Amino acid sequence: MSGPQGHGVSVRIGHCGKTFADGTHALEPASLDIARGETLVLLGPSGCGKTTMLRIIAGLEEPDEGGKVLFDGKDVTAIPIERRNVGMVFQSYALFPNMSVAENIGYGLRIRGIPATERAKRVAELVALTNITGLEHRRIDQLSGGQRQRVALARAVAIRPGILLLDEPLTALDAALRYRLRGELNRLLRALGITAIYVTHDQSEAMELGDRIVVMRKGAIAQIGSPREIYFEPKDRFVAEFIGAANIVEASLDDGHLILPGGRQAIAGGTSQPAVVAMIRPESIGIVDVEAAPLRGQVESVSFVGDRQRVVVVGASPKPLTVDAPNTIQVDAGDRVGLSIASKAVRLLPPEA
Amino acid sequence: MRDRLIFTGQFLFTLLVAAFLVVPTALSITAGVTTNYFRGIQSGLTLQWVAQVWDLYADTIGLSFLIAFATLAVTLLAGVPAAYALHVRGGQLSRLVEEIITLPIAIPGLALALALLLTYGGFGAFRRSWLFILAGHVVFTMPFMVRSVMAIFASVDIKTLDEGAASLGASPWRRFRDVIVPNAVPGILAGSLMVVTLSLGEFNLTWMLHTPLTKTLPIGLADSYASMRLEVASAYTLIFFIMIIPLLVAMQMFAERELTR
Repeated sequence: MSGPQGHGVSVRIGHCGKTFADGTHALEPASLDIARGETLVLLGPSGCGKTTMLRIIAGLEEPDEGGKVLFDGKDVTAIPIERRNVGMVFQSYALFPNMSVAENIGYGLRIRGIPATERAKRVAELVALTNITGLEHRRIDQLSGGQRQRVALARAVAIRPGILLLDEPLTALDAALRYRLRGELNRLLRALGITAIYVTHDQSEAMELGDRIVVMRKGAIAQIGSPREIYFEPKDRFVAEFIGAANIVEASLDDGHLILPGGRQAIAGGTSQPAVVAMIRPESIGIVDVEAAPLRGQVESVSFVGDRQRVVVVGASPKPLTVDAPNTIQVDAGDRVGLSIASKAVRLLPPEA
Repeated sequence: MRDRLIFTGQFLFTLLVAAFLVVPTALSITAGVTTNYFRGIQSGLTLQWVAQVWDLYADTIGLSFLIAFATLAVTLLAGVPAAYALHVRGGQLSRLVEEIITLPIAIPGLALALALLLTYGGFGAFRRSWLFILAGHVVFTMPFMVRSVMAIFASVDIKTLDEGAASLGASPWRRFRDVIVPNAVPGILAGSLMVVTLSLGEFNLTWMLHTPLTKTLPIGLADSYASMRLEVASAYTLIFFIMIIPLLVAMQMFAERELTR
């Protein structure tokens, strides 16, 4: 099934909504196309509908009337999960406690009637690929969280699925391990080149793993784009604030300049408007000499976090501005500082609905 | 000093309560192997009463075991899949069904028996066979099986395991065989022991449902109390004890193993 753009199937989701029996709208009708070999991340806070979307693609939930799921153009909406050939990694891993590690990984192959010798070969391959050599005969309750995660992943890809679905696979792990496994997972997904859909509430995970990110909010898609697009060109205030840190500035616009308490700030392609909402990322604000700067304020606090220092500046904008400054410059609370912001680093957001 | 006094007091009280319960049991058992209970133990020990009970009531014992294991078979075949369906499906309807299954625990056995008699009493052959008692026992013990299996399902998150197996291509039947049942074994065993024990000792329902030809062990016991000399009835109790105690001990051991897991 491998093609020039990677392995697996392409997925089309057409008008898939989900209303639960108790009347909750978990998902507004949404449409989405996922290319063969692409890693798509569904990102959003809990209750945003991302897991429901994943479960509809998996075949664990049925979409409301009118919704369709297509794999390689073929309608699979009515086909149950066991005949969709999907690989799934669950948040709790769902490893079978009554089977050893090797039996867990080989279970899908056993179901498919693969002979034992071939099965053993494939299991050995996956054990090596996911770095769990030596654990084949362990019981599941003898594994650490990170090892369980690897077994779950190996088991899901063992069946050579058309699409790999991952439901918050790293959430159950501690921070350091999560960070390390994220890198491993990324390399594995690239190496396999398989179509993958990854659900998470962690924006840095989404950035690192996603070819494209779908930001979701309250059962609807807020924005779809590459990590860069989502980060630099958020479509609204929710996306801007959910992805990374953002300063939201409410001001009036006069001839291409934001009129702020601490001065004037040029923006790219600006006109005049009585009220606008703008976003400025903390790392795009520079601290400069106070005399020459068009925008000035006073340092309220400085927190040194190692690779940078986070400076909060008041008086420049209606609300305090957060600035990520290099860890070498010397600033203290109470200092008057000038702020330098490139005009294209200021992004206008649509006014609040 | 004061602590010691309190401890001694509590200890004596516990002994007293235990004695209150154990002494009648012990008396009853000794009565069953005493030649003449009214003359006491000095009249000599004998197994003649036990032998007599065996002669008179062996068939009730046989029937009791037949019914107990048939009840177990039915509760296993119907109860485990039912628990699986109720757990995986969830929602209001499942809870309602669960309540209905549980109802027989709360309803007096006599009322259950009366309902069965009213409904099926007209089917003569069924009414006269031991299957009629089996039906009563299944109604009465089913909640214990379903509940203990559902409890284990909840503790191992069987719904996600089921979805995991499904994602790997397993049909509902294979999931049930390969994943659901093997991971529910402790609950199934606990439920099974409970069902067998309850069925062996069940009296209320059975008393209403039995015919002279379909007497179970507890019915025979009541019969012997009413019509035989005290030593025979006591010997009968002894036999009942010998059969039921190992089951109770096994049940207790399972419960403890579950707690330490």
